[in-house]
Amino acid sequence: MEGLSPWVLFFAAIFTGNILLTYFLGMCSFLSVSKQLKTAFGLGLAVTFVLTITAALNWLVYWYLLDPLGLEYLRYIVFIVVIAASVQLLEMFIERYSESLYINLGIFLPLITVNCAILGVSLFMVIRKYTFIQSVAFGVGSGIGWLIAIVAMAGIRERINEKKIPAALQGPGIALIISGIMAMAFIGFSGMVQIQ
Amino acid sequence: MADSKAVQIIKEDLWRSNPVTVQILGICSTLAVTNIFLNTLIMGLGLTFVTAFSALTISVLRKVIPQRVRMMVQTLVISSFVVIVDISLKAYVPDISKSLGPYVGLIITNCIIMGRMEAFASSNTPGLSFWDGLMSGIGYSWILLVIAFVRELLGFGTMLGVQIMDPLMHSIGVSTGWVQWSFMIMAPGGFFMLATFIWISNHLFAIRAANKGA
Repeated sequence: MEGLSPWVLFFAAIFTGNILLTYFLGMCSFLSVSKQLKTAFGLGLAVTFVLTITAALNWLVYWYLLDPLGLEYLRYIVFIVVIAASVQLLEMFIERYSESLYINLGIFLPLITVNCAILGVSLFMVIRKYTFIQSVAFGVGSGIGWLIAIVAMAGIRERINEKKIPAALQGPGIALIISGIMAMAFIGFSGMVQIQ
Repeated sequence: MADSKAVQIIKEDLWRSNPVTVQILGICSTLAVTNIFLNTLIMGLGLTFVTAFSALTISVLRKVIPQRVRMMVQTLVISSFVVIVDISLKAYVPDISKSLGPYVGLIITNCIIMGRMEAFASSNTPGLSFWDGLMSGIGYSWILLVIAFVRELLGFGTMLGVQIMDPLMHSIGVSTGWVQWSFMIMAPGGFFMLATFIWISNHLFAIRAANKGA
């Protein structure tokens, strides 16, 4: 993965390899928090923020601490602790310095620790052996990709509320079908760049 | 006639409040591997193992763990079991371990496990918690196995890597053989299959409720 430009990775993570629509990561909060446009946008921002920070931190921890010591097999435990700790720190930091940001973003932060997308990005970055810059680009790109997906989903769900849907398909059922159609639309990008 | 608690758990976890179709939990880590039946089977086994033993551990420790840090403790217990699964897979089935990639590690963030710990294991005896973990794991796996069965059969025309659809098509006189539904292998296939499954099961629930009301 040496020569790949960070820009390519960034766009690939948004469009061709969308973390949600091609890798199914972050589904739980995607389905449960996509009922309103505003909250979806807030959560999307928070995820992007945390993804960028944890991708960078986990990269440093893995390549400077775990790899030299031969402790790769501990990466799951270490990554999840790093993620939980940075979410906690971030929450305290935002609370201290920006009240308005805390009100908009703060409530979503605890939810993010268990968002699979965060751990997923860190694991992908290790398996694909990205460099530091590549990892950060991949993290930001994945976050924005997730943000786009959840905002689009929330927009569609807000409108679909008033429509007639078969009773058994209401709620998560119809949301999954919409995701399927969105995933199909995103396959249309797949000729642009190819990673992995 | 009242069922014993153990029997009730089976009914709840396998169908009535199935983690996937009813609670829509934890599909992140596994839906992605449902395009190949064997991978799904391995993931399902791994997940069931992790859920059952984490539930047992948490239940044994439930009176010792302070309330405030219980989430962290739960996560650490779960991660430790996932590490065991990961290392075993690497040692015994390296090819599958490679094709599963990061998804084994993602069992940690699977909401089902966390959900069972919170809802059941932290307030029940170790024996029952283990049983509940086991049944939740199986309840989760069987649905994904059905989805994987359809996706692999239509997508590759195979079952467990054995070509099935091709000879079948030839035998009924279609000379081109099986045309693979590459759509099924890709992500949208997974979304649509799960949606269909939820649709059918909700429909069955509705029929049953209607029968009871009548």
